[in-house]
Amino acid sequence: MTQSRREMLGGLLVAFTLAPAVHAQTGGGEGSGGPPTVAPDLAGTLAKFPDLDAWIRIAPDGRVTVFTGKAELGTGIKTAIAQLAADELDVAFDRIDLITADTGLTPNEGVTAGSQTLEQSGTAVANAAANVRLLLAEAAAARWGVAATALFTRDGAVLDGKGRSASYADLAGTTSLAVRARADVPRKRRDARRVIGRPVPRVDLPAKLTGLPAYVHDMRLPGMMHARVLRGPSSGTKGRFDLSAIARLPGVERIVRRGGFAAIVGPREWPLERALHAAGRSGWTAESGANAPGALPDALLRMRRETQTIQERYDEPNVRSLRRLSARYDRPYLMHGAIGPSCALALFEDGRLTVWTHSQGVEPLRASIAELLAMSAERVRCVHREGAGCYGHNGADDVAGDAALVAVAMPGVPVRLQWSREQEHGWEPLGPAMMAQLDGNLDASGRIVSWGHQVWSNTHSTRPTAAGDLLAGREIIPPFPATPPKPIPQPNGGGDRNAIPLYAFPNSRVVSHFLPDMPIRVSALRGLGAHLNIFALESFMDELAAAAGRDPVAFRLAHLDDSRAAAVIRRAATRFDWQGYRAMPHRGRGFAFARYKNHGAYLAVALDVERVPDEGRLIVHRAVAAVDSGEAVNPDGIRNQVEGGIVQSLSWSAYESAGHDGTRRSDYDWSTYPILRFGDAPRSVVVDVVDRPGMPFLGTGECAQGPTAAALANALWAAEGRRSRSLPVARSSAGFL
Amino acid sequence: MIELNVNGGVARADVDPATPLLYVLRDDLGLHAAKFGCGLGQCGACTVLVDDRPVFACLLPVGAIGERAVTTVEGLGTTVEPGDVQRAFLQEQAGQCGYCIPGMIARAEALLRRTTTPTEEEMRAAMAPSLCRCGTHMRILRAVRRAAVARGGGIVDPAEPVA
Ligand code: FES
Ligand code: FES
Repeated sequence: MTQSRREMLGGLLVAFTLAPAVHAQTGGGEGSGGPPTVAPDLAGTLAKFPDLDAWIRIAPDGRVTVFTGKAELGTGIKTAIAQLAADELDVAFDRIDLITADTGLTPNEGVTAGSQTLEQSGTAVANAAANVRLLLAEAAAARWGVAATALFTRDGAVLDGKGRSASYADLAGTTSLAVRARADVPRKRRDARRVIGRPVPRVDLPAKLTGLPAYVHDMRLPGMMHARVLRGPSSGTKGRFDLSAIARLPGVERIVRRGGFAAIVGPREWPLERALHAAGRSGWTAESGANAPGALPDALLRMRRETQTIQERYDEPNVRSLRRLSARYDRPYLMHGAIGPSCALALFEDGRLTVWTHSQGVEPLRASIAELLAMSAERVRCVHREGAGCYGHNGADDVAGDAALVAVAMPGVPVRLQWSREQEHGWEPLGPAMMAQLDGNLDASGRIVSWGHQVWSNTHSTRPTAAGDLLAGREIIPPFPATPPKPIPQPNGGGDRNAIPLYAFPNSRVVSHFLPDMPIRVSALRGLGAHLNIFALESFMDELAAAAGRDPVAFRLAHLDDSRAAAVIRRAATRFDWQGYRAMPHRGRGFAFARYKNHGAYLAVALDVERVPDEGRLIVHRAVAAVDSGEAVNPDGIRNQVEGGIVQSLSWSAYESAGHDGTRRSDYDWSTYPILRFGDAPRSVVVDVVDRPGMPFLGTGECAQGPTAAALANALWAAEGRRSRSLPVARSSAGFL
Repeated sequence: MIELNVNGGVARADVDPATPLLYVLRDDLGLHAAKFGCGLGQCGACTVLVDDRPVFACLLPVGAIGERAVTTVEGLGTTVEPGDVQRAFLQEQAGQCGYCIPGMIARAEALLRRTTTPTEEEMRAAMAPSLCRCGTHMRILRAVRRAAVARGGGIVDPAEPVA
């Protein structure tokens, strides 16, 4: 048996870098952040759940089960977390089983949102795994009467290098993991890692690509009944239903009614859907108090507001400005638009309720459902099962509340409730419309000497924390009150996310106007306010660069003192060949940069865009991005997220706008809410990952939304000499197929 | 009782012939690859092949299928032995949430049965009826280009280099 000296545990203990310090745990502010910190010296969510067996268990056959309170939303977190556990434990990747968000089994990690899964849960699992590996080595050392520092681990076993070995399965039998993690346990050294940093294929894709049941939509429990909920056409309306007539429709076996909540139940889906459509013909009324937002963006300026100054800095108060620029930017309401409508299963049995849900927050959902049903939370279990990608708070929680209400009326019967496409479009909370006003001053040398950013926005989170935050909670009698909307504080921010510039401007004032009244139901959409704020900020940087007569890339670099920011900007510009770009008629290049939330991933993107004359159609010839997510656990996972973010943001920013006719929404399917199709997808997208081994993980899932919007507007300006400050900037060529 | 030719075998279901194929596949035959997305023929999540053509299973009444061969993604391969299109999707890691992907695979299969040497535009046009909200389009297109090569053809003028 050979092994190099440096692989010995003793060597590792001194040579390893210490685990990263605890990352500020603000819970994202996007709903509940989970329980309080009890062990501030520990990293990630270990600070809240410091016992190792909350995270890792080893079975007698040597298989390892890892628990995370975060959910797989289609971003590949299962794969990345298993990679971390495999390497830190020294166990083969395929011997790791992962249990995700389940209130009955996993640590309460709040909501899976804000691109914080690896920062919080990944960091916890990696450190817990390093702890477990050390404990097992210590157990072997005690058994053999040697020092732990003389031992090493390999592929699920502890070895002494002289022929003795003990498997983890064997050692785990006599080693309790019900112990608190230690903060000083070293992580695996970079050169000893086998799976972290590799493009390991996604563990969930084979089943999804071959049709094995993979989604909550695919669950079929014995004796299961289907259900459909009866509602008006959109949020802000009430359906008028003739329940006795509906009860006689074919396929409707019963109606479950609780005050203004009603659902039809039957053994087969298709007749129920026909009944649902028939039921909808009897009309609807506008809810009292419902009001139209009015014409955007001016309507936002007329709303009641709570104003807060979130940055004020006057480092050079006496500076002389030569030119002053101002501009306003806005975006409309946007839809999450999951491809699969929201769905949940629920089973009420022996006084206990189990809900299978694609919610992003099983714990706050459990509390909300318990309140809705007047049950103790201990009797409610919410288990995450994958849904179609959600990109924020869509109908997932509401449909779980709907299914729960039906299930408690039918003890012992599993109930599967799925929304229709029209219900998803009509009732999901939209991403809020927003407006920003930017002001900037240039001095004689073309430097920005003062900066102003004001943003107007509704809340970016109405995620459920109580029964009244679920649609059903406001329909039953007596109704529960909705939780009053609150701004999400900095440093994450909600409407003001990324409103504070990362650039080093000597004078800067940033003001957040929080609009508490919501004429339209809104909540978290991927990136929250970062989409509009970065669109505004990075468009305005371009406008100032042009006013100063400077190249947009060089202008950005001149105002930055953050070397990682500069590195992604240079990398993207080089890969794009920014210097060598040759302009063509109707075609131009655009650049943008941001660090998501000012503490997440760094991303720079360059686009080459043409607007076809007369047709108005956009052709994105090339998108080239560089991203720094800290230590890259799975570089292909990062590329996948960023490619997807670029394409999705192009769809939002070029084509999308959710309408409202004064009493109800105007989009009920994809025919009036066209999203990007293959014909409009970029010709090519390249994403370069700047790896930072040993650095903390930085949230990546949402980092492309804002920069892509700005790069698109900047490219159109370069192509046409006209500035697009209002999103969306184009119309889909596809229209309705 | 309706008799259907599904994935090379005979399947029976006791349903109203007006029932769209999608519900029979998912609820009666336990075939979950095809997904419900809209029920309106707008998104392609439900796409399967009938003979060699892509169809919206959410719209097609089972009673109208007759003898024609229905092929779902389950019929193209398994996790142990994925078919060539599935393998191409896996090699490109073409999926985020994955909900749209079975429909994409079915649509790509239909294209490649028609021609293994489409142009880039033809490929995009063939895929256009299917929506993806995760923005996985680039990877899906890469997978289709790769699958075309695996079938002995290739996209005539690929917009991105083929791996
Ligand atoms: S579900 Fe059939 S096209 Fe959308
Ligand atoms: S991968 Fe999620 S919808 Fe396409």
